[in-house]
Amino acid sequence: MRVDCKHVWEHISAYIDGDVDAALRADIDKHLETCEICSAVLDSTRNVVVLVADGRVFELPAGFSHRLHERLEAELQSRET
Amino acid sequence: MTKVPNPEFEADCIRRILAGEKHLFHELIRPCERAIYFLLLSILHNQADAEDAAQETAIKVFRNLNLFRGDSQFKTWVLSIARNEGLGRLRKLDRLREDSLDALTDGDSGDFTPAVLTSWREVPAEELEKQELAALIREAIDNLPDIYRNVVLLRDIEEMDVCQSAAALGITEGSVKVRLHRARALLQRKLAHKLKSFAPKRGLLGWGR
Repeated sequence: MRVDCKHVWEHISAYIDGDVDAALRADIDKHLETCEICSAVLDSTRNVVVLVADGRVFELPAGFSHRLHERLEAELQSRET
Repeated sequence: MTKVPNPEFEADCIRRILAGEKHLFHELIRPCERAIYFLLLSILHNQADAEDAAQETAIKVFRNLNLFRGDSQFKTWVLSIARNEGLGRLRKLDRLREDSLDALTDGDSGDFTPAVLTSWREVPAEELEKQELAALIREAIDNLPDIYRNVVLLRDIEEMDVCQSAAALGITEGSVKVRLHRARALLQRKLAHKLKSFAPKRGLLGWGR
């Protein structure tokens, strides 16, 4: 079966996660060999996913953990008896 | 970044905390605190509220620790408590918007086609040292509809699997996959053209540009 671009786009996320079956993966791979648009869409999506996952994008507010554990400690102490 | 959950450590810790070694709770909750905060930030859209709700969540987890059954992962259970805390606060503020509702179905409405490109030059993660790039990505995620942002947060940022994410958000695994796909498509469309300027320049050998 020859897959078209729209079909590839529908499965891009699953493809990135390795969540497509072997037959579909083979079809998509074959399409990617000759379709520069789908290759660029796939590469850019994968690039975006990697950047989004990077710990530098979302950082906890300064002192968050300290304040959390301080409040927890107060709770633990109050339940000590 | 994401800490790998260790079920044996957790189970042992929980037993000992319930038997009286309460101080161990600090270590039990530590690997979850980042995910708790960002899930609540995603729901509440306000840093101070998210921090307060995160503290409240941790206390509720401690008080209800005897109710944890061990049939789900500890982190999943914790995040479902965080989510309830967040949604409860929205309800109180009467800010529970339609797109926050769990009942929302994953219909076909909306356009999730990606930005069409003919080539892509990789933007290396090191570029995130530039605040400008990190801010661009944060803004794109912040602007996603809630149901998509929550899934991106758990799946791509906290690297939880489909099953855990579904349990934490109270939705089906199918919905997690559909929403993640759409969220990534929306992010790619929003970001692709803006990211181009962060790719390394070609041309040292006279090719490319």
